[in-house]
Order: sequence, then C-alpha cells, then structure tokens
Amino acid sequence: MGTYVLEVVIENKPTARDPEGETILRDLMHRNGFEMVRNVRTGKYLRIEVEAGSSEEAREIVFRMCNDLRIFNPVIHACSIKEAGRK
Amino acid sequence: MKIAVIQFPGSNCDLDTVYVLRHVINVDAELVWHREFKADAYDAVVLPGGFSYGDALRAGVIAAYSPAMKHVKEMAREGKPVLGICNGFQILVEAGLLPGALLRNVTLTFICKWVYLKLENDRTAFTWKGRRGQVLKMPIAHNEGCYFNDEKGLRELHDNGQVVFRYSNARGEVVPEANPNGSLDNIAGICNLEGNVLGLMPHPERASEPILSGNGSHDGRIIFESMVEFLRGEAVATAR
Repeated sequence: MGTYVLEVVIENKPTARDPEGETILRDLMHRNGFEMVRNVRTGKYLRIEVEAGSSEEAREIVFRMCNDLRIFNPVIHACSIKEAGRK
Repeated sequence: MKIAVIQFPGSNCDLDTVYVLRHVINVDAELVWHREFKADAYDAVVLPGGFSYGDALRAGVIAAYSPAMKHVKEMAREGKPVLGICNGFQILVEAGLLPGALLRNVTLTFICKWVYLKLENDRTAFTWKGRRGQVLKMPIAHNEGCYFNDEKGLRELHDNGQVVFRYSNARGEVVPEANPNGSLDNIAGICNLEGNVLGLMPHPERASEPILSGNGSHDGRIIFESMVEFLRGEAVATAR
C-alpha cells in the first residue's frame, strides 16, 4: 500500500460558455496589455491523496469516486484526472 | 468640496453611498464611472461595495487593474481620503494600497448580519470624530471578508496602529464568538500608515439613518462625517 496523489480538474465542457473565464480574458488580460492571450477557461482543482495498492488502483478509486459522488456534473462538466506521483 | 463614488461593473452599494453623502452628510458627491474617473476633480474618493466584475478570479482583483486605480493611488499619495467599503476594501487590498488579503469566510457562507465593532484607532481621517474603545453597530454582507496577513505583516499592522476596527461583542470585548468570518485578530477594517486610506468590511452607508437601519443605529455616520470634516480642516487630531 502507498499514498498516491491525484489531481482532478473540473471545467465546463468546451461547448458550454465560461463567463468567469471570459471576464478574466476580456477585462483583466486584454485590457491590460496581454492581447495575445487567446482563451481562458476557469475550473475547480482538487488535489486528492489516496491509499491504494498501485497507481492504477488509486486512479480507479478516484475515477469511481468522482462519478459516484457527483464530484462533477456530467451534463455540463469535463473532468480530468492526472496522477501526480506518490507521497 | 467634491467626493467621488466610483462605479465599477457590478458595484451595487454605489447609489446608497452617494445618497448618504448627499442627503445625510450634506456634501457634494458624485457617482463616477470607473473609466471616467480623474483624481484632480475630487477631494476624496469612495470605492463602494458590490461584486465588481462578478468577483471573477478573486473579489476585487479585476477592478484593481482599472485605470481608475492609478488615480486612486495618486489621491492616496497626495493624502486625500480614500475609503473602501466591503468590495471596495477588497479592491484596495488587491491594488496594494492596503496590506494583507481577504479570504473566503471560514463558514464558507455569505454572511449578512449586524455586528459590533470596536474602534481601535481614532486618529485616522475617517474615525477622528469617534473615540478609541467606542463600540459601533453596523451590518456586514460578504462572502470574502476573512482578513489574513502573515505573522510579520500582522505585527506591523498592530505596531503601527493600522488596525482600525475589530469585531467585538456589545460590550466592546474582542472575543472569538464575536468574529463572524474568521478574520485574524477579529480585524474588520485597516488603514495605511498615514491614516488617509481606510478599508472596512462593514457597511457604514447602511447604518447612517435610524429609519433605514431598523435598530436605531446611525453609527456609520461617524466615518463619513469624520472624512468630510477632515476635508474641511476641522480635524483637531489629524491622521498620524
């Protein structure tokens, strides 16, 4: 057993608008000299430490949990899970 | 004498503040769109409460980059009174005019209620008409009002007398139970070293007329009256 770190990022699906990202892009970045920025999407970040026998198992647990506990709303959100090593 | 109340997209206490200045304090006050604000046209400026830019990224951060803030900084440098209420306080902090940060309330809830405040510094442009230790009653209404600073920054604030208001009980005791949002040392409002820039989470403009406060409080007037009479040169105890 070991402690595995996984990063979960939840953002709106590409087809859904992200008003917060649009505001940051337009009113903060473009208005203050960073016109070269093309797009900003905001999201929610969860850094999860989980006890598991292997990294595959850790990933499987987090994947199942994100679905079972409705960590994201599948109607509107895209959820990505990234392994960030062992603790 | 003319006082500006800056309106950002998402400000919502702007008109209340203009009303209090004009009709309760009886001073010339003007609502100014943030893109049109110029420092030299005004003797003092108020950044009102609300949700500028919908609190995108962090409350106050986008407004802190508005061209208006260059003018606000110029006024602060010249010693003119600069008052930030609620979202205005958040903007002043994000603009670097006041130290520290305002985090999400520890309760993780929006808090809207009347609180007691102990006046800790009666030598600022906004509080010289009060007296140290006095208890004021004002409402708060915010989601990100939990004042934070690092150990060194916090010590400096206390050492320099920059802590102006702290949440207290009705007897003026600064106790944990009186802390609504988890602010360090119950801090509700702070000023700059010179005492001409004040930021506070409570809303003095909602506590300026007994008929509107519903509990008889008009304690918020102290802040506006101090500011206006400071400008009229009536301040005996001037800002440090």
